[in-house]
Amino acid sequence: MVVSIQVAEKAFGSNGKRAVVLEDIRLDIERGEFLTIIGPSGCGKSTLLKIAAGLDTSYSGSVTVHDRKVTKPGISQGFIFQEHRLFPWMTVEQNIAADLNLRDPGVKAKVQELIDIVRLTGNEKVYPAELSGGMSQRVAIARALLREPEVLLLDEPFGALDAFTRKHLQDVLVDIWQRKKITMILVTHDIDESIYLGTQLAILRAKPGRIQKWMPVGLPFPRNRTSLSFQHIRQKVLEEFEKTEQSVYTEGAGI
Amino acid sequence: MKTAAYVGLSGKEKAAKVKKTRTIPPWLKGFVVPVIILALWQYAGSAGLISETVLPTPLAILASFYELAVSGELADNMKISIARAAGGFLLGGGLGLLFGILVGFSKKTESYLDPSLQMLRTVPHLAVTPLFILWFGFDELSKVLLIALGAFFPIYINTFLGIRGVDAKLFDVARVLEFSWRHQITRLILPAALPNILLGVRLSLGIAWLGLVVAELMGSSAGVGYMIMDARQFSQTEKVFVGIIIFAVVGKLTDSFVRLLERKLLKWRSSFQGTN
Ligand SMILES: Nc1ncnc2c1ncn2[C@@H]1O[C@H](COP(=O)(O)OP(=O)(O)OP(=O)(O)O)[C@@H](O)[C@H]1O
Ligand SMILES: [Mg+2]
Repeated sequence: MVVSIQVAEKAFGSNGKRAVVLEDIRLDIERGEFLTIIGPSGCGKSTLLKIAAGLDTSYSGSVTVHDRKVTKPGISQGFIFQEHRLFPWMTVEQNIAADLNLRDPGVKAKVQELIDIVRLTGNEKVYPAELSGGMSQRVAIARALLREPEVLLLDEPFGALDAFTRKHLQDVLVDIWQRKKITMILVTHDIDESIYLGTQLAILRAKPGRIQKWMPVGLPFPRNRTSLSFQHIRQKVLEEFEKTEQSVYTEGAGI
Repeated sequence: MKTAAYVGLSGKEKAAKVKKTRTIPPWLKGFVVPVIILALWQYAGSAGLISETVLPTPLAILASFYELAVSGELADNMKISIARAAGGFLLGGGLGLLFGILVGFSKKTESYLDPSLQMLRTVPHLAVTPLFILWFGFDELSKVLLIALGAFFPIYINTFLGIRGVDAKLFDVARVLEFSWRHQITRLILPAALPNILLGVRLSLGIAWLGLVVAELMGSSAGVGYMIMDARQFSQTEKVFVGIIIFAVVGKLTDSFVRLLERKLLKWRSSFQGTN
């Protein structure tokens, strides 16, 4: 087991206005798996990922990576934010290096390799203000990869991009995952994306956030969105979503 | 797509045509009004419409400037003035930067120091001039301290604001990337605060210059301000004009220098630069 996330309960607010966001969650991910978590907006996906990263520690439960308890954020749990969050005063290569010294030939070579991998060759000296959203997100991915994380956590990384760029970056991500054998956990609200990328798929339901269904995606890479087997899994995910909606309605009816 | 390309092209052609009809380059436009005023002024003076002691002609001022420059009197006075302004600015600005960083970094220092500093800030710094003369006499110390007092606050406040304005989301990034304390300061906080700090520097320089003029006019035995007061006693109005113009030009030059620095250091910013 590489990553184990257990959240007995996560709530926001204090006594009077306490809202339970996550409840009874258990996620065990094997090394090299690509887990996609899908769920409706506001169900607690970002909250769950922040807990996994160590960015949020006020919850009951525990997160371990390689049997080591995660108590604070760090480079072994790489994190890609929904918005790229680059440092605007640093060029592409400086952003990827961030706190590391670019004059060190070892660092420089690795940075260059990653720039090539995320297909940004020639843009080394460009500032983020001159980059498109997709290019910026690729820089953010390279920045996380340079630290050679054990797990890479991605919070709707392609949510704000157009369909073409998104497809391209999904392929880049699969390529990196296959090359570097990093364990990935990606949160999304795009059903196609979750099936296209994941080897495992977890469906989260809302209020409070619980795991509704956990299913393996046994499709070989590269995947084809139009294939029958892809559509079959899509069908199953949609059915699960219909169930969650019904359960939300029935619970709501009582109030 | 093709039609769009054609539209774009004809648009460019149009722009080129418009440019051809107007031949005055933009940097020249700024000179038009001053040149007209100077010409009228010179004419009025030469025709004897205005008395020499009230308003010497531009040519008389130029002649006086030449004389002062050749005799070395101007350079000597400027050296002293610039040294005073620079000393006061470095002292006040340096302390402002230091306190801005200290107070910006820690809520605790803020609650101890900021209220007192804000209270001091409400005192117009030129109002304490008599007090400074009483305490430190007419010599260099009182002048430098007066300039330093004025230069302190703009840098202090802007450094503080700059540091507090750093995007909290980028702090999360720094935590995820495990930035050391040193890197958090040098690669995140200071670069993020730099636009504000440089704005503070510009404002401080302006105030330091103003403080210098006041300090030198109050009483001194050298400096551009002294040169002006001395000339006034002997009704050498053109010399007074030379002094005023020197104050203006040097002030403008230092401001341009900081702007240049801003352009170099903040070239990553792509903010709105104004329309033509
Ligand atoms: N700092 C906070 N304080 C209080 N409530 C919060 C806080 N952060 C999140 N919440 C609440 O927790 C719930 C889950 O939020 P979260 O951001 O995890 O949702 P999400 O699944 O990521 O949604 P989306 O898909 O829109 O990003 C929401 O109802 C939100 O209102
Ligand atoms: Mg979210």
